[in-house]
Formats: sequence, structure tokens, C-alpha cells
Amino acid sequence: MIRMVLPFHLRNLARLEGEALLEVPRPVTMASVLDALEDKYPMLTGTVRDSATGQRRSLLRFFACQQDISHEPLDKLLPEAVACGQEPLLVVGSVAGG
Amino acid sequence: MSKVRLLVGTRKGAFVLNSDGKRDKWKISGPIFGGWSMYHIKGSPADPNRLYASQTSDWFGQIIQRSDDGGKTWEPASNQFKYKGKMAKHQWYDGTPHPWEFKRVWHLEPSLTDPDTVYAGVEDAALFRTTDGGKSWEELSGLRRHKSGPRWTPGAGGMGLHTILLDPANPQRMYIAISAAGAFRTDDGGKTWKPINKGLRSNFLPDPTAEVGHCVHRIAMHPSRPDVLYMQKHWDVMRTDNAGESWTEVSGNLPSDFGFPIDVHAHEPQTIYVVPIKSDSEHYPPDGKLRVFRSRNGGREWQALTKGLPQRDCYVNVLRDAMAVDQLDSCGIYFGTTGGQVYGSRDSGNSWECIVHDFPAVLSVEVQTLP
Repeated sequence: MIRMVLPFHLRNLARLEGEALLEVPRPVTMASVLDALEDKYPMLTGTVRDSATGQRRSLLRFFACQQDISHEPLDKLLPEAVACGQEPLLVVGSVAGG
Repeated sequence: MSKVRLLVGTRKGAFVLNSDGKRDKWKISGPIFGGWSMYHIKGSPADPNRLYASQTSDWFGQIIQRSDDGGKTWEPASNQFKYKGKMAKHQWYDGTPHPWEFKRVWHLEPSLTDPDTVYAGVEDAALFRTTDGGKSWEELSGLRRHKSGPRWTPGAGGMGLHTILLDPANPQRMYIAISAAGAFRTDDGGKTWKPINKGLRSNFLPDPTAEVGHCVHRIAMHPSRPDVLYMQKHWDVMRTDNAGESWTEVSGNLPSDFGFPIDVHAHEPQTIYVVPIKSDSEHYPPDGKLRVFRSRNGGREWQALTKGLPQRDCYVNVLRDAMAVDQLDSCGIYFGTTGGQVYGSRDSGNSWECIVHDFPAVLSVEVQTLP
């Protein structure tokens, strides 16, 4: 089971409390996790990756195992600790202050 | 007694304001979708409890929301706006061809007769339609495929299709407006389109009277006279009496003919309203006085309406979708400001009251008159 931590607004949109728990068949990649996320929560379609380009939205970041994996190819294998549910996969919105 | 429901979209959420027909006390609900930019919320004329809302975010993109109970509860609808066919290009800021890229929905216009049919005006400029209550959207691509499309150029605020007017007398006819391409009309339900910009003059264009390229800010129509349109352009207030075949300037004695919204009195087709803004470089009212101007003769002569509006130190703007009129007698006029105020008039604009002081910046105001 993949554990995914979503930003506040996406949790609200999906009416989700806590982590999103996703069944993702191996091999586990960012793309396959996002497929599972959009399948389980259709209202999140296009909110993490742009529907037209399939790419990560520019003001979001992907973190796993204390690493920024935002610029890794979406079809690259995720760390085993994420794939087995030991560590969460984080979707983080860029900060906007001032 | 009739009731009035205001649908207010702001930079940080939506609000629903309800009042009885007296319009002197308002119950405010919200924020709904707090933290999101609510570009537009509008109810179906065929089913007033059916509402549609455009919810957008720089982080998360576009969401469309639908309510079937007048805004008490909402469900996400489809947010899949896919341009039809081979990707075309429009002109970019540097003059080079640039592919159309979907950014957001600026305006939602429900059908006059079918609650499941809604038109959506989007950035980059295109017109979409749902006929299944928002489950899916299809582009009416004849507009974007018009031969002038490669010459359309975004203004500083983007290239948005922000105005959709449906002709109540002719279901095949509708009007749209795009910043900064101009106004267009279809007479065949959206298959083909015609630029309707003759008579417009825009001095920022190399050819000030070009077929396209005009920064139309808003068009308004009274349903009893669908061939008569009123336009607030980047500069100039314009009028056509022949469905856009030609326009004449009716700015008259306005202190400034720059502005964004324009609207028509519910029962007087010749009575129109604008909110003059100082200039394209200074988006606030002239002299720090927030004044609505009313013309009772279709735009030739204008009267300042100031009672109840701040007449000193006021430097807010009123955006293009942020003015609406109710259907009561006397007609109610409502507008929201970038300073977060929502003003209302119960007497056709003679006097105004501040309904709300401290909302986030108001992007849109719509009103429903309910039985």
C-alpha cells in the first residue's frame, strides 16, 4: 500500500483525512502512483499533473525518503521504502508568503 | 415574496448571500472553497438551484464545481478541457506563434433552457460546452479555428474568453468576447464565427481599426432587444443596434471611458451602467470617487450615481464579471470591488449600500431572483 501525503487543498477536494492509501501494482513509479490516485479520487485528476502535458504542475514538488524527486522521470522506480509503504510519498505545494 | 441570491466569487473563495425581496438584510454563507480563486459562479435560468462554479489555483489548476441545491452542497464536475484537433497556434507576446495552452475557466454561461448545458469561456481563448451537466466538455472549435486565430494575442492579463451572451430569441446565435482578440458572433450554434468589431478603434494596435485584436472588456444585452449590445472596451463605451455589424461610441460625458463591467437595467433596455476607471495604467476610479454611471438613453448621456458610495480616497477596481442586476421592481444593481466590498442598490442605482465590507478581492458577482 502506497502512502501519499497531499496538500491541504487536495485533501479537502478529495474529502480525505490523513494520508491517501493507494493500491499500486509493481513496478511502482510516480506515474503509476498518480494513475492510482486519479483512479481512486477522480476529482484530483489534473491537479497534481497537468492533464494536457502529463507533467508535474510547476508549483508542486514530490518528496520521498528526504529526497526531492520532482525532477526525476515520472516512469522511474520509486524508492523501495515508498513502494512497500514504509515511507510516505509527499506532494508539497510551493510556499507563498509575503 | 421574491428572494434574491447573490453568488460572489473572490480571490480566496466563494460566498452566497441571501435576502428576501426587500433586499435590506443579507445572510452570508461561506467561504466556500476557501483559499481558491473563484473566477465565476452562475445559476441555470432553467433550474435556479443548479449552480456551476469555476474554481482555480496556480498550484492545482482548474476545478469545476456543481451544486443541485442552490449552493448548500457541491460536487466536482469534469475539469477536462481538451482543445479539439491538431494543436493550432496564436501569436505570442514576442510575435512568434505559440500553441494554445489551457489555463483556466473565466466564465460559465448556463443555457437558457437546459440545466445540463453550459458554455465555458477559457484561457487560452476557446469556447467549451457541456450537455451532460458537467460530466464532460467539448470544444466548439470553430471559434478558435477562425482564420484570424493565428493573429489573436494575449493582453497582459492573458488571452481569456470572458463574455458569453446567448440570444433568447435565436438559439443558434451567441456572442463572445476575448481579450485581446475582440468580439465574435455565431449564427449556427457555434460551428462558424464572425468577428464583429467594425467601428471599434484601439490605438494600441498598429491598425487601430483592425478586424481583430481589440481588447473588449465586456458586452451586455437586454433580453428583449438581443440585437442591441453594449460594450465596455479597454477604452471607449460602444453600442451596436445591428447585432454587432457596426459599433458606435457612446462614451459621451463619462469622466473616463476606461472600465471593465457594463450591464443593462432589468426592465429598461436603454438604461445601462458602467464604472469608470481612471486609465489602463491606473486601475482605480478617477479622483478617488467610486461612481457608477447610468445612461437612460442607451449611452449618449451619463449621470453619476454616488449616494452611498465612497467619494474620497477610494482606489479599488471593479472587474468585468463583478456586476449584475436582479429582476425585481425596482431593479437591484450589485457590484463587487477588488477591495472586497459588495455594494447593492435597491432603486436602480439611485442609492447604494455596502452589503459586505471585507471580502477578499471580488472577481465576480451574479444574482438570482427567486420565487
